[in-house]
Amino acid sequence: MSKRVAITGMGIVSSIGNSVEENLNALLQSKHGISKISSIKTRHIDEIMVGEIDLSNEELIKQLRLPESQNYSRTALLGVVAAKQAVENAGISDINDCRTGLISATSVGGMDMTEKYYYQYLEDETNHKYIGGHHAGDSTHKIAEQLGITDFVTTISTACSSSANAIMLGARMIKAGKLDRVVVGGADCLSKFTINGFKTLMILSDTYCKPFDNDRTGLNLGEAAAFLVLESDEIVAKENKKVLAYVSGYGNANDAFHQTASSDNGEGATLAMQKAFKVSGILPEQIDYINAHGTATPNNDLSESIAIQRVFGSKIPDLSSTKGFTGHTLAAAAAIEAVYSILAIQHNLIFPNLNFNTAIAETGIVPVTEVKEKPINYVLSNSFGFGGNCSTLIFSKN
Amino acid sequence: MEGLKLELKEKIIEQLNLEDVSIEEIGDDDPLFGDGLGLDSIDALELIVMLDKDYGIKLTDPKEGKKIFESVAIMATYITANRTK
Amino acid sequence: MKNCYINGLGCVSAQKTTESGFLDDIVFYDTNILPVINPNYKEYIPPAAARRMAKGVKMGVVASSLALKDAHVEVPDAIITGTGMGCLQDSEKFVSAIIDNDEEFLTPTSFIQSTHNTVGAQIALGLQCKAYNFTYVHSAISFESCLIDAQMKFNEDEASTILVGGVDEHGKHTNDLHRLIGHIKKEEVGSADLIHSNTDGSIFGEGAIFCTLSDEKTEHSYAKLVDVEIYSQLSEENLESRIKTFLEANKLSIDDIDLVVLGNNGDVTFDSYYKTIEEGLFKKTQQVYYKHLSGEFNTASAFGFWLASKIIKEQEIPTLVKINDQPKKTYKNVLLYNQYRGENHSLVVLQSC
Repeated sequence: MSKRVAITGMGIVSSIGNSVEENLNALLQSKHGISKISSIKTRHIDEIMVGEIDLSNEELIKQLRLPESQNYSRTALLGVVAAKQAVENAGISDINDCRTGLISATSVGGMDMTEKYYYQYLEDETNHKYIGGHHAGDSTHKIAEQLGITDFVTTISTACSSSANAIMLGARMIKAGKLDRVVVGGADCLSKFTINGFKTLMILSDTYCKPFDNDRTGLNLGEAAAFLVLESDEIVAKENKKVLAYVSGYGNANDAFHQTASSDNGEGATLAMQKAFKVSGILPEQIDYINAHGTATPNNDLSESIAIQRVFGSKIPDLSSTKGFTGHTLAAAAAIEAVYSILAIQHNLIFPNLNFNTAIAETGIVPVTEVKEKPINYVLSNSFGFGGNCSTLIFSKN
Repeated sequence: MEGLKLELKEKIIEQLNLEDVSIEEIGDDDPLFGDGLGLDSIDALELIVMLDKDYGIKLTDPKEGKKIFESVAIMATYITANRTK
Repeated sequence: MKNCYINGLGCVSAQKTTESGFLDDIVFYDTNILPVINPNYKEYIPPAAARRMAKGVKMGVVASSLALKDAHVEVPDAIITGTGMGCLQDSEKFVSAIIDNDEEFLTPTSFIQSTHNTVGAQIALGLQCKAYNFTYVHSAISFESCLIDAQMKFNEDEASTILVGGVDEHGKHTNDLHRLIGHIKKEEVGSADLIHSNTDGSIFGEGAIFCTLSDEKTEHSYAKLVDVEIYSQLSEENLESRIKTFLEANKLSIDDIDLVVLGNNGDVTFDSYYKTIEEGLFKKTQQVYYKHLSGEFNTASAFGFWLASKIIKEQEIPTLVKINDQPKKTYKNVLLYNQYRGENHSLVVLQSC
């Protein structure tokens, strides 16, 4: 039997809550976190809705007891909060009692500070400390520092599928015996850069996003961070650890179709799901719940629906996109949806797909729209990104 | 109208980095997308910004662009009828 | 454990590396910003595809197609790309457009190009390669993360040829900022004097270096990739013991190492790491460096990897990369060590095959 990858801890901060518990409560009460933007001054305030975390940078800095000289981007602040929760949840007292790594994902990195001080940097030295924090590896580096992880630390950025790939790499490293424990996940804060970037693509909704609805008009952006602690069978046995769930399968493929759009036949997504089944060794009919990528853009939801039909045929499992709650949190999305998938397994629950009215004409897929109880052993979670990057994760109870 | 068509051809070449295409090669009625000039959905988004910036025409649905950007002639007619600057 | 061979190389750099020859006509620079010598991109990329491509993408497409051609591979089973900054010029263009135009009249092209995985994605698009596609973005170990991933892919029986590369491009604004904070030397230092400059900061470069890795050796193989390790934090005191442990894990001793390839970038504060082993463990070993030729950038260590692979195959060391002068010998086991500003250290062992 091949090695298993246990999930022994998780942490999350999102627009629906600053802990796993708060997120679960919001999901159960169908309470979304989408609103008009307040933390960033933008001329698009009336044209967009976002999922913002209700903690200011100052509050986060205070909570983390960072010194005056700190140069944390908001991505790093959110990442540290979520990663620390995950490590605490896993009951780890000495992070270096076995070979521990960190794999994080981000798309914006320190862009929030760069766009704020872009020209001011040239004028005076006040904020020069943030210059070195621009690059995508910086938030990961800071999370590693805060957790005390010193060796294997790396960052993945594959747009909106980034943290699925971080979880995948972590699972592979455990299976390969290269690490005993690895903290995996992702963080992305909101920035003018991403808001305006998605705006130029004309895929932002001016109201609450409607995943899988025939009349969906685009996505809501969000900010979030989430991390999981993955541990090997040996560590779990040795320390008699409580296992929340397992990473059972994973698959990555490229759509190789277009720089931003998904293919009409969902080729990349289909391949990613098929690969995940191959690694997992289970059959599509064993999946109890699909946590879909479901961004609510016209292109993604149709392409993903077609891919799901290709993989599951006429027997499509219960499905929902939780992006109506949190917005699309880009590089963090797969990690927060991993937390929701694990919660689904732990509590035998399916979380609703908000704002749905009418099925997509071409596919007729109807998502779950109210909290639903049923035994859940396997959850499949999709994440797709620009550049055709398609990733699928399968989580299991045993 | 002829002047506007010429202006549009110049802008299309410049805005979309069509280095190897000359104004003469774009016929007034040639399709811009697909088999014609070979433009794609990202180009359509670039052209939507051009309509807004240079002619004061705001499109909110990228699908609207499909009809307007069929050819230079159709673009010119649409701009003439709807321009605010 | 499967073997991993370097079967093809492609290198776009500040040197004439897309032409034949092996650093036999070195280009010297007397500025602190080393640009790549642009290949004729049109030979590699059709104009319709090139018109929106960032420079990093173009460099990546050329280097990757050279690496594939060199290995006689058409479409690899995986594409793994490392980049510290992604397509920086487009990122700068989009940020400044947001500020300058107060968020109005923005166009999508530069935003799309600015996404870190653009290079890997566009290579896949060009090759119609639907396989595994990852992008690592972790400063000085972006490229080494790719190597680790590739080695695991072979062991998972998921691939038999993998395209791996590192790409970074200059961004004017970013370079200006890095000069302000002293990461680029304040004074202009010629590439020839770099490691003796005795001042803070380095000279910055750009480039795209790709290799085709395979689990099967061919008559074209350059070398075997034995092992790779990365360390986020490592003190100078612990460097030598780390190296010993790493070599021991690969059943190698210090004496087995015939050549060390070092990432010295002329920064007086952080080159001390290299000094430690130049004067310590590897005092009697031939030592080479390369950042005076490539410039420093997040994936510059991929240039070192290219250099080491070429030396193993040619069994020849270009004079201008030598730090010390040891008697010529067979270069069988080669150790690469790199770090940037005292963080993100990497060790790589290559072996002749």
